[in-house]
Amino acid sequence: MNPNLPNSFRSGPDERGHFGIFGGRFVAETLMPLILELEKAYAEAKADPAFQAEMNGYLKDYVGRPSPLYFAERLTEHLGGAKIYLKREELNHTGSHKVNNVLGQIMVARRMGKKRIIAETGAGQHGVATATLCARFGLECVVYMGAVDVARQQPNVIRMEMLGATVIPVQSGARTLKDAMNDALRDWVTNVHNTFYCIGTVAGPHPYPMMVRDFQSIIGHETRTQMQEAEGRLPDSLIACIGGGSNAMGLFHPFLDDPSVEIFGVEAAGHGLTQLHAASIAGGRPGVLHGNRTYLLMDADGQIEEAHSISAGLDYPGIGPEHAWLHETGRVKYLSATDEEALAAFQLLSRLEGIIPALESAHAIAKLPELAPQRPKDHLMVVNLSGRGDKDVPQVGDILKGRKT
Amino acid sequence: MTTRIDATFAELKKQGRSAFVTFVMAGDPDPKTALDVIKALPKAGADIIEIGMPFTDPMADGPSIQAAGLRALKAGMTLRKTLEMVRGFRKDDDATPIVLMGYYNPIYIYGVDTFLVDAKAAGVDGLIIVDLPPEEDTELCIPAMKAGLNFIRLATPTTDDKRLPAVLANTSGFVYYVSITGITGSASADTNAVGEAVARIKRHTKLPVCVGFGIRTPEAARAIAESANGAVVGTALVDALKDSLDAEGRATSRTVTAVADLVSSLAQGVRGAKQAAE
Repeated sequence: MNPNLPNSFRSGPDERGHFGIFGGRFVAETLMPLILELEKAYAEAKADPAFQAEMNGYLKDYVGRPSPLYFAERLTEHLGGAKIYLKREELNHTGSHKVNNVLGQIMVARRMGKKRIIAETGAGQHGVATATLCARFGLECVVYMGAVDVARQQPNVIRMEMLGATVIPVQSGARTLKDAMNDALRDWVTNVHNTFYCIGTVAGPHPYPMMVRDFQSIIGHETRTQMQEAEGRLPDSLIACIGGGSNAMGLFHPFLDDPSVEIFGVEAAGHGLTQLHAASIAGGRPGVLHGNRTYLLMDADGQIEEAHSISAGLDYPGIGPEHAWLHETGRVKYLSATDEEALAAFQLLSRLEGIIPALESAHAIAKLPELAPQRPKDHLMVVNLSGRGDKDVPQVGDILKGRKT
Repeated sequence: MTTRIDATFAELKKQGRSAFVTFVMAGDPDPKTALDVIKALPKAGADIIEIGMPFTDPMADGPSIQAAGLRALKAGMTLRKTLEMVRGFRKDDDATPIVLMGYYNPIYIYGVDTFLVDAKAAGVDGLIIVDLPPEEDTELCIPAMKAGLNFIRLATPTTDDKRLPAVLANTSGFVYYVSITGITGSASADTNAVGEAVARIKRHTKLPVCVGFGIRTPEAARAIAESANGAVVGTALVDALKDSLDAEGRATSRTVTAVADLVSSLAQGVRGAKQAAE
């Protein structure tokens, strides 16, 4: 047992943004004054009932919340064990959970008087959500996206441009999500006077990991209520995929202090954990990047290594600092799924339930054949279906076609 | 405790001139050439040498210094080899201050305590770590001071009077004023605005203030040297080095002289400046 186990898993971070040794504010001095200002603005917004009421209005009528908690009957039958529910975040406006966080941050940005919004994106889901809300509120929007991701997630690039955003293909490094984040930070340092950086996951300098978690926690809060209504009790287990980990943190956080609830995060194991992958907890160790201390993929010299995942949204060599802490305390169990397992799950859910999942979310589905059959039929298992797979249809189609010939 | 940095500024004050601070990347384009470049800098007129520690994800650097870091990493550079390079330099030069500049992760992975011991033993005088603001002083700044190394902080146009005392609190050696909000090698600073900013910082500290970001020519170096205690040039030197490489990115017979010649002409600019106001 860890001797430093906290009384509550839900009280973090401390005032300096730390979850245990993880988190913090490792940023250039140019950004520090703004980060402190953001921390203050967010604390004020959080305490303001008018802010909450306005946000709830948009969540209901613009995003379409609450998202359903759906009993996946055929999937449950197929696996022959636990009763599987899907939290349908893919039905949100813009097609993923990302919009929950973006709405919150854009409303904070408006309170701070910022007119220019920048974002990084991997799969493009966060970019699309940001472009959407910038259109809704009449704000300038610039999205940094790795050039490799621009190529493999074309539908989302077109969507962002239709929504009036400028998409900048990032050519540095491996030209994926990590590099997009580097260039977004460089933009922010340069345009700090008028620019708000809308980070898409539970990472970055404090207060981002906390703020993004708070905005995403609506997923877990709704799940609690919905499961009470459906089954009259709490779920027994939760499963979500993890890149940076925002959909997972949103589902997990409201349940962290319920010891009866088993919690599983699924990292992207790419070609396998001994080869190229994106599983920071399984294959990494603590380091400092992009404003926080967390588990990172790196070499012996502390140089960050390239991640690999079939899913652009999970293709990142780090993970949110609160996940790093939940791993070390043992509260959440972190598993991983390979590209192949995710592809199989993508097809399985499409055929059995008529729901095409995002390749990211398919990583969570991919662990069900391992977890569900060994549990009893009255075990209630919730999988976060964080995004829909329309954006992945061309890529998966090409892969499957390539195999037939 | 007096470090080589303190001694250098005391000597320059006697001479009545500002410091010329040069930045080059450790291991760019390969470890041996980089050592030759650094050895040539004092003779060419550099008063203080900043050596970049290569990092894969330099968030505050523009394309030139990003590329220099990647060239160095490709040539097998590591933090351990960077310290070896400093030891190599110290064989012939025990006076010119060496400041290592970069990002925290490689030091964190090396191990803070071991790194400080090894850096001090190698002859390093100070550290500039871009992603360690005063809020994270317990990580490296305070241990570095205890180990006898200067921890040189960056102040920026967004560091207002309210925040300056926090930024200056654990700073020693000199203050590095970043003259623009932006990444290295981007826009040039407005000399008047720089003068005002330096005067503002000097109201809060007795430390020398050096100014960097956006200085490329002898004229600009001279203008900055007139309003600050030192002018820092990095991207222009890194670009000169890059332009001397062959098509495969390897050093040529021109590489060391290309950097040294530019340093000489920039140093003349700095030395032509009227003494900075105290």
